[in-house]
Amino acid sequence: MEFRYLPMTERDKQQMMETIGITSTDELFADIPENIRYKGELNIKKPKNEFALMKELTQLAEQNVNVKSHTSFLGAGVYDHYIPSIVDHVISRSEFYTAYTPYQPEISQGELQAIFEFQTMICELTGMDVANSSMYDGGTALAEAVNVSAGQTKKKKVLVSKAIHPESLEVIHSYVKGPGVEVVEIDHIGGVTDLKQIERELDEDTASVVMQYPNFFGQIEPLDQVRSLVDTQKKTMLIASSNPLALGYLTPPGEFGADIVVGDAQVFGIPAQFGGPHCGYFATTKKLMRKVPGRLVGQTKDEEGRRGFVLTLQAREQHIRRDKATSNICSNQALNALASSVAMSSLGKQGLRRMAWMNIQKAAYMKQQLESAGFTIPYQGAFFNELVVHVDSDITEVNQKLLEKGMIGGYDLGNDFNDLSGHMLIAITEIRTKEEIDLFVKELGDIHG
Amino acid sequence: MANQDFPLIFELSQESRTGFSLPELDVPETNVDEQLGETYIRKNEPDLPEVSELQIMRHYTAMSKRNHGVDSGFYPLGSCTMKYNPKMNEDVARLTGFSHIHPYQAPETVQGALGLMYDLQTTLAEITGMDTVTLQPAAGAHGEWTGLMMIRAFHEGNGDYERTKVIVPDSAHGTNPASATVAGFEAVTVKTNERGLVDIEDLKRVVDEKTAALMLTNPNTLGLFEEDIVEMAEIIHAAGGKLYYDGANLNAIMSYARPGDMGFDVVHLNLHKTFTGPHGGGGPGSGPVGVTAEFEPFLPAPILTKREDLFVFDEDRPQSIGRVKPYYGNFGINVRAYTYIRTMGAEGLRKVSEYAVLNANYMMRRLQEAFDLPYDHHCKHEFILSGKRQKKLGVRTLDMAKRLLDFGYHPPTIYFPINVEEAMMVEPTETESKETLDEFVDAMIQIANEAKEDPERVQNAPHTTIVSRMDETTAARKPVLRYIKED
Repeated sequence: MEFRYLPMTERDKQQMMETIGITSTDELFADIPENIRYKGELNIKKPKNEFALMKELTQLAEQNVNVKSHTSFLGAGVYDHYIPSIVDHVISRSEFYTAYTPYQPEISQGELQAIFEFQTMICELTGMDVANSSMYDGGTALAEAVNVSAGQTKKKKVLVSKAIHPESLEVIHSYVKGPGVEVVEIDHIGGVTDLKQIERELDEDTASVVMQYPNFFGQIEPLDQVRSLVDTQKKTMLIASSNPLALGYLTPPGEFGADIVVGDAQVFGIPAQFGGPHCGYFATTKKLMRKVPGRLVGQTKDEEGRRGFVLTLQAREQHIRRDKATSNICSNQALNALASSVAMSSLGKQGLRRMAWMNIQKAAYMKQQLESAGFTIPYQGAFFNELVVHVDSDITEVNQKLLEKGMIGGYDLGNDFNDLSGHMLIAITEIRTKEEIDLFVKELGDIHG
Repeated sequence: MANQDFPLIFELSQESRTGFSLPELDVPETNVDEQLGETYIRKNEPDLPEVSELQIMRHYTAMSKRNHGVDSGFYPLGSCTMKYNPKMNEDVARLTGFSHIHPYQAPETVQGALGLMYDLQTTLAEITGMDTVTLQPAAGAHGEWTGLMMIRAFHEGNGDYERTKVIVPDSAHGTNPASATVAGFEAVTVKTNERGLVDIEDLKRVVDEKTAALMLTNPNTLGLFEEDIVEMAEIIHAAGGKLYYDGANLNAIMSYARPGDMGFDVVHLNLHKTFTGPHGGGGPGSGPVGVTAEFEPFLPAPILTKREDLFVFDEDRPQSIGRVKPYYGNFGINVRAYTYIRTMGAEGLRKVSEYAVLNANYMMRRLQEAFDLPYDHHCKHEFILSGKRQKKLGVRTLDMAKRLLDFGYHPPTIYFPINVEEAMMVEPTETESKETLDEFVDAMIQIANEAKEDPERVQNAPHTTIVSRMDETTAARKPVLRYIKED
């Protein structure tokens, strides 16, 4: 069988073995003890030629209902937005995607500058001083932020709103086991975090208060009031997880005095791709600059005085500090950060604001239509592009019926919140048309009876 | 910006220029500002660039030319497995049915994706000799931490709360001790002996009833197979500890040896390395974790399973370490890895390891005269040279790395592993032709000669790159981490 990725010829092999002084490549593996040497043939599928494999995998992909074949109202952390064509053309430049972490700045200025630009855009959106080169995703970025707050304040308790993404909450619970941080979950009332409970739980042992803005239900949390509460404790930090698109129209957490802002830039140029890879971001204050997990790119000059960029403040990182590092993170999501940068550049100052505004408009229209159709919208606070609707039926069955009408319905909140069975979380982005929204309301009404 | 500087995208910006195409608002406009309230409406707009589509394309195209990837030229960056990234993988990952599916769709609507994931899990379990694999971790280091958390849960499940130490070799990747710390353990170092292998006597000395695990890369970071692995496994297991396999170097041994057969209990893989990821300029990666049956209850929830003829996620995992990532892992990278494995099959993967190892040994033998070879026996997929001879001439390994840039190569990994003086770690991979290896070796030999005859030429390198060496000291002392518009 021929393998197009392997250039070795029989002649090459003979010449190379001669140089090494061996007569069989098996000699190179002689240091693997006999009793653990693998002698069988791996029981995996036989290799396929390019055409046949492409055909098979295309058929496999076609088995999946997707957000292009169907009209999707599913969000809950992963959104279907306008992706400019240019994004994929840029990230398909293989000088970017076949490179690794830019350790050699002389031949990595493209990647380094792209990251520097990404860092700048994230700072602009969040209203923070410093942003890193990206994190795995919004959920792990939030969990890292929690651990940074515990490390920095030397306190072992965090107050986490239950109105954050339920899976991010689960990830936080996993991440805090190592450093031994206690998580106190704060309930929500009417779709927003219970500030009174924060007030009760907040004490001098509290490292941080963790909020999502807009929260999992799409509601806009009063970060200004949360900040006032946090200010009653000297060292306690405010951590906010934010959909960065929303920050095109909403006051950024930085202006409310957040200490760390994280989130996921999937909304900018990154397709859902079944949940990953997306692009976490991590932004903070100058004060916490040396506690940031992951890669940071900084500006400097070369020997001729030309502007250039390098990985910097590496004394925080695992490859230098080993067991004393601020985090074990090594890779980032550079290629996706590039995609987001291109999408943000395309939108620019005006487009980003308009796109965020359109999300608010379309979601507001959806809310009106649902209410007109007799549905209860339990949370009536200010919201971004998601809302909770009480359908009063089994959501799995409702979604099955919507699917038959060519639609992907919302997220079943009964999965995570006992008091919200029969409630659906729906997302309405700028690409959903009036026609699609009207049809959704009509079909939902028909199902509801 | 000075004239000589390459512009930032912000410096191309002109007020009111646009690069977007948004749909028109087709619903009746409402007063959203009233709904939101003044406090929550942004007053200062984010200062994003205002540029046209062509400006963006030219900007990033020019930047791509200021970047070296595997497609630009040889990239023998040791420990990173910079092999060719097949283009077919990119096409498959972009199929609409893979790229545009939402993680919360009903399982019945994504059986194609789940089937692929299930088959990938099964295949990776077979390649590594483990019982079960989770695809949830996002990257290698994330997999390390996940694996260590499972080891912790395993010990605690046995009522054993005293196992606080994780042993790592002094030659280990920095992520190993860092992951141990993040998982709440204390990292303890075991020494490397003069042959470049774990010092068994030192291992016996550091192992005790507090040992939770030994983390090991095999072949190790010096490119050498740990021949005493069976004995090491016995020592650790006898003390009640577990064996953790860092899969960074799996490219050397596929279908020659399997971590499971060596006695490892928990294994992570770097799909962006061995299974052609790609590396993406630093990521995204994917770091699946494989375990033996006794660790299955502790796997991060949910786990993908098959019920009758349906692939579903099992959320009911009471002993699980919990979720380590939202959703189900970096699916897009997993699709690429799966496509690669299906292209190669068992026969191809064996050849991958055979040729990766043959290439490394060939280069090592061709370079052994010009440089010091700290470990003079057959290597696996990578090898270590020491530049200590050149250092005596005033030429550092860093200088030689920079000189390689003039020849159009990405240099090897340098100053790692930390236990080798002036280390250069070369990993050619199996996808490079003999001609490329020979040209690189010739360049290395020329540089070794220059170090003797014309050291300044090396010390002042690079000479041909678009920028010269950067002032990294100032970058760290006076950090400028974002662009600020000059008035």
